[in-house]
Amino acid sequence: MSARDTDMLALVAHGLAVGHGAHPLIRGIDLAVHPGQVVALIGPNGSGKTTLLKTLAGHLAPLAGDISVFGQALRDVDGTARARTIACLFTERPRTELMTCQDIVEAGRYPYTGSLGILDAKDREAVRAALTEAGIWDIRDRDFAHMSDGQRQRTLLARALVQMPRLLLLDEPTSYLDIHAQIEMLALLRRHARERNMAIVASLHEIELAQKAADHVVCIRDGHVIRQGTPDRVMTAQAIEDLYGLDAGSFEPAFGSVELPAPTGAARVFVLAGAGTGAPCFRALQRAGIPFATGVLYEHDIDCVLARHLAGTVIAQYAYEPIDEELVAQACRTISACGTLICCIDGGNEDATARVLIDHAVRSGVAVFRSVDAYLGTLDRG
Amino acid sequence: MTARGSTDIRRMRLAGAHIALAIALIALFVASLCAGSADLSPAESLGLVLAGPADSTASRIIWEIRLPRAIMSLVLGGGLSLSGFLLQTFFANPIADPFVLGISSGARCAIAVLMIAVLGSGQILTPAMSIAGALVGSLATMGLVLLIARRVRTQSMLIVAGVMVGYICSAVTNFLIAFADDQSIVNLQSWSQGSFSGSRWSEVAAAVVIVVAATAVVIALSKPLGAYQLGETYAKSLGVHVMGLRMLIVLISSLLSACVVAFAGPISFVGIAAPHIAKIAIGSSRPLAVTPLCFLTGAVFCCGCDLVARMLFSPVELSVSAVTAVFGAPIVIALMLRTRTFR
Repeated sequence: MSARDTDMLALVAHGLAVGHGAHPLIRGIDLAVHPGQVVALIGPNGSGKTTLLKTLAGHLAPLAGDISVFGQALRDVDGTARARTIACLFTERPRTELMTCQDIVEAGRYPYTGSLGILDAKDREAVRAALTEAGIWDIRDRDFAHMSDGQRQRTLLARALVQMPRLLLLDEPTSYLDIHAQIEMLALLRRHARERNMAIVASLHEIELAQKAADHVVCIRDGHVIRQGTPDRVMTAQAIEDLYGLDAGSFEPAFGSVELPAPTGAARVFVLAGAGTGAPCFRALQRAGIPFATGVLYEHDIDCVLARHLAGTVIAQYAYEPIDEELVAQACRTISACGTLICCIDGGNEDATARVLIDHAVRSGVAVFRSVDAYLGTLDRG
Repeated sequence: MTARGSTDIRRMRLAGAHIALAIALIALFVASLCAGSADLSPAESLGLVLAGPADSTASRIIWEIRLPRAIMSLVLGGGLSLSGFLLQTFFANPIADPFVLGISSGARCAIAVLMIAVLGSGQILTPAMSIAGALVGSLATMGLVLLIARRVRTQSMLIVAGVMVGYICSAVTNFLIAFADDQSIVNLQSWSQGSFSGSRWSEVAAAVVIVVAATAVVIALSKPLGAYQLGETYAKSLGVHVMGLRMLIVLISSLLSACVVAFAGPISFVGIAAPHIAKIAIGSSRPLAVTPLCFLTGAVFCCGCDLVARMLFSPVELSVSAVTAVFGAPIVIALMLRTRTFR
């Protein structure tokens, strides 16, 4: 990377160690954040994400290493200049008294106002814009102390935006928010990154959102940055399971989603599904704690993707190829071993393979159910 | 635009509150000049004030007794209220004030020591000496409260700790009074109850200078104070020099409460009640708007309470602290019930 490129970077950390007191919580951090880039910090609770953000904000002194912001060493940037460059949203909630939402946002103009802090027309316009963007214009006169957590979070975000930062640091910005507000929050951050060329560093607990919203993901665990890079390279099933200490097979990188662990033991039910018809059945069996097998599914069928996480046995055929006779035979053996078949495919829509498997079940005296509810109902009566 | 509308309403409320309080203050000020064992009409007393000090009995009553006392109650009431406002901001605690946190008692204890030492050696206590002594006492107590505050996480524990510190200081003061010689006891007893009586002009001048200077500094600090109200973290991220600001708040609030204790003794609850009346009156806690109003409400509160203390069972005079407690404590209880977040 040339010297010129380095000057353009919004945030550079080199060999950084952070922590309270003498013992570093995380060491050896190297970071490079470009303007317009959204960087997500992920990792288990207590891994030091908040401490890292506070150090990047200049609230804590680094224990080792250097931080530079837009080509300037962070320690050389004085309070007001820093406040015009970096804005923060932390998880601490101000304990206010008789302060409206708008009062809080107006406080964000601090680095721009005169010695008595009186707002001019430009400041008021910036406050209005931030209130509108954060979606809290209609509640601007409400008392901050009496707002919901989500409204407070938006208020504090507006307070950060009104500082007109070029670098925005956020600690768990999506906590306390419902799913709709989480999506709005991340969409808003992406828009600011894109339109204002703002560099954004956020710690996120929702890995599925991190995967979707971030350009660059930094994984922190046990005092080190264990991986970093683009989400598709970093957020593999193996990496996420290692990072959070999850059981194998919990994380689905295609959707960034997690599944609860599959029931253990020998399969008691065989599920005949395909083309998405099996997902509700798989989940119902998982909740009931019943181990099951399924097949014959095409790889990348959504049922197959899910079955890989939830089923004990998955009989799968490589996509775009006719179904192998051997797999059908294997499925027949498994059906006999289970002793129960649930067919999720609507009558009349079965393909040839499904008909073969149902015929096999009926011939060998295996109980056949047309829905998972019918099957679970028999268990309740028993 | 609607934003305009709500700002205009706020401005009108602010102006209205200032005007109402200013009128109340003038009325109470004139009333405290008129009221007393020698009855004077408002016109008479104002005439005597405008005429300047003269040799008549009425003029001497006004100039030597009532005027210094009225000014003292006004200035110290305002100062006490500001001190409470600063401490509430500092601790983010709605019921902090110098009395509850034990700072007044600490200052009182220091003055008691000083008074016994100075009077015992046959000298007199100058205003400067008593302020210096009170400041040392209040800063020392403030230091102790700060040490405790670092350990306790809840707002109510801080108050309990402050009350305990106050009790310790009062106990020490009472020991000192018990063992002091007769001459000192007379001085200590009357002063340690809390009263504006017997204010001398030299003391009034010192109080006015200190309180006016401190008020000016607080107004100048209103911008960082406003940011500090959001909490230390956000104040830092806005570029406030938090350590410096905290030290200034401690120094000014201690100086104000020292000044009050030195000249009037410990006065309870004004520091909590008056700032809250000001904040509720304008529906905001922005320092730039609240500071002058805080001063006014404190002045009105103390002037009024002093008038009640003098007149209610005249010629017997009540301690002003007893009157401020009667009016102030219910306000504090109401606040504790109202503030849902108080823990």
